[in-house]
Amino acid sequence: MRNALVAISLLIVFASLVYIAVNPGDFGGQTGEHLVFGEPKHTDMDDYFIHHGQNQSAANNIVTSIVFDYRGYDTLGEASVLFAAVLGAGLVLRALRRDKK
Amino acid sequence: MLFNIPFIAVIIIISIGIYAMLYKRNLIKIVIALDLIESGVNLFLVSLGYRNGGIAPIYSNAPSTKMVLPTPQALTLTSIVIGVATTAMLLSFCMVIYRHYGTLDARKIRRLRE
Amino acid sequence: MKMSKIVRTQANFLYPFILIFGFYIIAHGHLTPGGGFQGGAVIATGIALIAVAYKYNDIKKWLKKTRLTATEGIGLLAFIITAICGFGTSFFYNWLANSGLLFGDRVPYGINPGYLNTGGVLPIMNLAVGIEVLGGLGVIIVYMLSYVKEVK
Repeated sequence: MRNALVAISLLIVFASLVYIAVNPGDFGGQTGEHLVFGEPKHTDMDDYFIHHGQNQSAANNIVTSIVFDYRGYDTLGEASVLFAAVLGAGLVLRALRRDKK
Repeated sequence: MLFNIPFIAVIIIISIGIYAMLYKRNLIKIVIALDLIESGVNLFLVSLGYRNGGIAPIYSNAPSTKMVLPTPQALTLTSIVIGVATTAMLLSFCMVIYRHYGTLDARKIRRLRE
Repeated sequence: MKMSKIVRTQANFLYPFILIFGFYIIAHGHLTPGGGFQGGAVIATGIALIAVAYKYNDIKKWLKKTRLTATEGIGLLAFIITAICGFGTSFFYNWLANSGLLFGDRVPYGINPGYLNTGGVLPIMNLAVGIEVLGGLGVIIVYMLSYVKEVK
């Protein structure tokens, strides 16, 4: 019974997501906005990065100049998350050695 | 629309991940399901920023200047590294749980429930 | 568990090439696809190759956990210090770009073959993040390997 309920809810979620992806209706709450693969709608920020990134951060790779220059705070948080995860894994695994002795 | 096939692939991948998370009892399989969901989200981000006929946003010897959106790619890079960190953390938890209980079955790990 | 002699010889042969490829990806991060994270992950696969091919107790001497953790800390510290150096304008300001100093050449607009001496602080940050990721993933690999119970 419980398994059947879980399966039915999973099917409902799957069907509604497929409906959103396939249906050419309103997307994001705005009328006339279709979710179409290959045609992004609001690209002002990315066009600015593509056109001005070479002059402003002097690199050919626009993705690198976004990661390290325009959105450096994201990268700082990401590096901190990696550091904290390594620290946590080390602490957790150190408990193993304490048990073994 | 037929051209939204990448989004449908995203939905299938995420659905497989949710199914495995709900039905599987092995902790390693649950971690694999989490990675599947994360891969689906990464594919969704990258395919949101795709532009028809665009190339990677790198100017070194580029064949044209029509480029895909760079911001979703940068955020996907961030997401991938955070996913690696969380996977390492979860796998070390799995190692500790196996050493303590001798099993990875989520139904048999019931010290917290008693 | 020590692998056979064939595997160990091939690991010895491949290890420097993996290292060179990883540092190439890090150093050309502002010109070609790649960057600090990817290059650091490639170098960490080299560490994993050596750690799998040999027994852990044999390589414990030169693959110390404290050294890898220190590498990771140094990378994160170099990243933050490079960001703080731009405090004249703002945090994370690209204070070396177009300045004529190290990595400070002006890049021509449009499609170009790519010059290594450009990019401002981006190559420095790539190197810092690459060192950090190499240390982090390496120490995760070594930690997980060192607590695996030996099967007799």
